[in-house]
Amino acid sequence: MIELNKIHRDFLVGDQTVHALNDVSLTIQAGEYVSIMGPSGSGKSTLLNLLGLLDQPSSGTYKLNGVDVTGLSDTEQAHVRNREIGFVFQMFHLVPRLTAFENVELPLMLAGITPDERRSRVNTVLEDLSLTNRSHHKPDQLSGGQRQRVAIARATVTQPKVILADEPTGNLDHKSGQDVIRILEELNQRGLTLIMVTHDPEMGRRAGRQLSMLDGQLNRDQGT
Amino acid sequence: MALHSLDIALFSWGALRGYPARTILMLVAMAIGVAAVVVLTSLGEGARNYVTDEFSSLGTNLVIVFPGRSETAGFNPSTMMGETPRDLTLNDAQALTRSYSVRRIAPINVGSSDVSWRERSRETVIIGTSYQMLAIRHWDMAQGQFLPEVDLDRATPVAVIGMKIRNELFGASRALGEWIRIGDRRFRVIGVLGSEGRSIGVDVQDIVIIPVASAQQLFNTGSLFRILVEAKSRSAIESVKQYIIDTLQDRHQGQKDVTVITQDAVLATFDRILGALTYAVAGIAAISLAVAGILIMNVMLVAVSQRTAEIGLLKALGASPRQIIILILSEALMLSMLGALFGLLLGQIGSFFIRNAFPVLPAYAPIWAIVAALLVAVITGVVFSLMPARHAARLDAVLALSKR
Ligand SMILES: Nc1ncnc2c1ncn2[C@@H]1O[C@H](COP(=O)(O)OP(=O)(O)OP(=O)(O)O)[C@@H](O)[C@H]1O
Ligand SMILES: [Mg+2]
Repeated sequence: MIELNKIHRDFLVGDQTVHALNDVSLTIQAGEYVSIMGPSGSGKSTLLNLLGLLDQPSSGTYKLNGVDVTGLSDTEQAHVRNREIGFVFQMFHLVPRLTAFENVELPLMLAGITPDERRSRVNTVLEDLSLTNRSHHKPDQLSGGQRQRVAIARATVTQPKVILADEPTGNLDHKSGQDVIRILEELNQRGLTLIMVTHDPEMGRRAGRQLSMLDGQLNRDQGT
Repeated sequence: MALHSLDIALFSWGALRGYPARTILMLVAMAIGVAAVVVLTSLGEGARNYVTDEFSSLGTNLVIVFPGRSETAGFNPSTMMGETPRDLTLNDAQALTRSYSVRRIAPINVGSSDVSWRERSRETVIIGTSYQMLAIRHWDMAQGQFLPEVDLDRATPVAVIGMKIRNELFGASRALGEWIRIGDRRFRVIGVLGSEGRSIGVDVQDIVIIPVASAQQLFNTGSLFRILVEAKSRSAIESVKQYIIDTLQDRHQGQKDVTVITQDAVLATFDRILGALTYAVAGIAAISLAVAGILIMNVMLVAVSQRTAEIGLLKALGASPRQIIILILSEALMLSMLGALFGLLLGQIGSFFIRNAFPVLPAYAPIWAIVAALLVAVITGVVFSLMPARHAARLDAVLALSKR
């Protein structure tokens, strides 16, 4: 499903070039549960952003479902992000002025889906994540765990094929972190591809496939 | 992937409410710009109406004939040879009535003399003219009648007096029918002029009007001070002017020894002045709207950087560059429309106060200015937000999201 071939991502910092990704090749099948670990600065987030089409490789090819997505226009890439990919961030990234319901509704609004259909789809996801009684709360009225659950609801409401999670438990206490991981794993059991960056080796080990990065390179690929 | 317009509106409205300080600042900037246009154009329009009013008291479609060549008319052999110009006479005036395009004429003679009734006496301006002067100057009568409708050369001993003269000579007694003395002659008062009448250069309250032939006898002259000619229509003015020049040249043995000016020429001067005023007003208003536009651009830039993370998020959720531009522009559009309406209200209140403070100025903003101000405000708001919106659409999503 995901095919990376000789991906490089260079950043120019001052007059120095940082090789955030250095010749990364990787294939991930639909429905896999992949964790990415590695020291800070090893390129984990850069890889995830690339997979999510938020960033472009300096060289190499990226095929998603057989389509070379690096050659797509901005608008086409936006379309792919909207339909195929769900993001879960460490910082939640909820819009503070919108309620939980409205935050979850956003990607459907951008997709141009009618309000009626949006309502039923949002309510279904919120119910799945036991957030129904929080749907009219603003983010600042929610706990960290609840916020991340709203973010997961938002990531899944478009029924994407891949969930990309960058340290989803990084800002949560242990208990809420466990809840969030459990929810993500449930989604994976229902067939979603789950790719998760984590610092916690214990959590990383739960994944069916464990990738490890060092200095912009994949140095270990376990569990396939 | 098309956004529904209601969604766009609701999202923008939410964003505006989410940042009240910014929203109010922009509303005020827009409102000041629009209010300035409304107030300034209402002032300009008021001044224009005021001047037009003043002019209609002078008469409509008026052509004025003076004896003598105007000095501005250039080289003239008669002045070179030291000839004195021929006088304008009553017969000249009479001759001018024969054109179909002339509606009415009034010869004028002016002098000053003592006017007395019983023991009270006063020196004042005496105007000799004919009954048609009343209609030409749009005067009205407070009491009695104006000069009788008789031939120009009939010296009837009657007088029409201004309100101030009436009050000073007669006080509380009745003036109509009384005989007053002007110089060494006696005239019967047949009317009092209304005090409303205003005429550039003459205070109608402080004059005495007698038949032109009487005035000629009184001042012992055969000539006229000027002749007022009213054309049938605005378009007839030029032909009337030519007709007067030709007729009087004929009557004066081929000498072009009169000056004919049209009210159009005078109005044209005022038009130029008022035109300049309008441009000035438009300029000032344009500056204030441009200032509002620049402010909007800056504030929208701030808004975009304030909401960088939100824009990055929208991108991650699949918003296309176009959708982001639409969302930002609709926010600007909403702001400038609200600001413009608010400004319109302010401006109307402003003109209301001007009208109250200066009742002679009919300060109403013209419809075109209101429509233009609203349009310009909305267009400025949107155009000046294009740059910030494009900037937002081009933001690097990763960097935007990593910003807190
Ligand atoms: N926009 C950027 N400009 C310059 N350098 C960057 C940029 N983004 C990342 N880098 C560099 O690329 C390298 C990889 O960064 P990345 O964020 O992928 O690391 P990471 O593995 O996610 O680290 P962490 O565990 O701290 O989140 C780092 O050296 C970082 O400084
Ligand atoms: Mg990272």
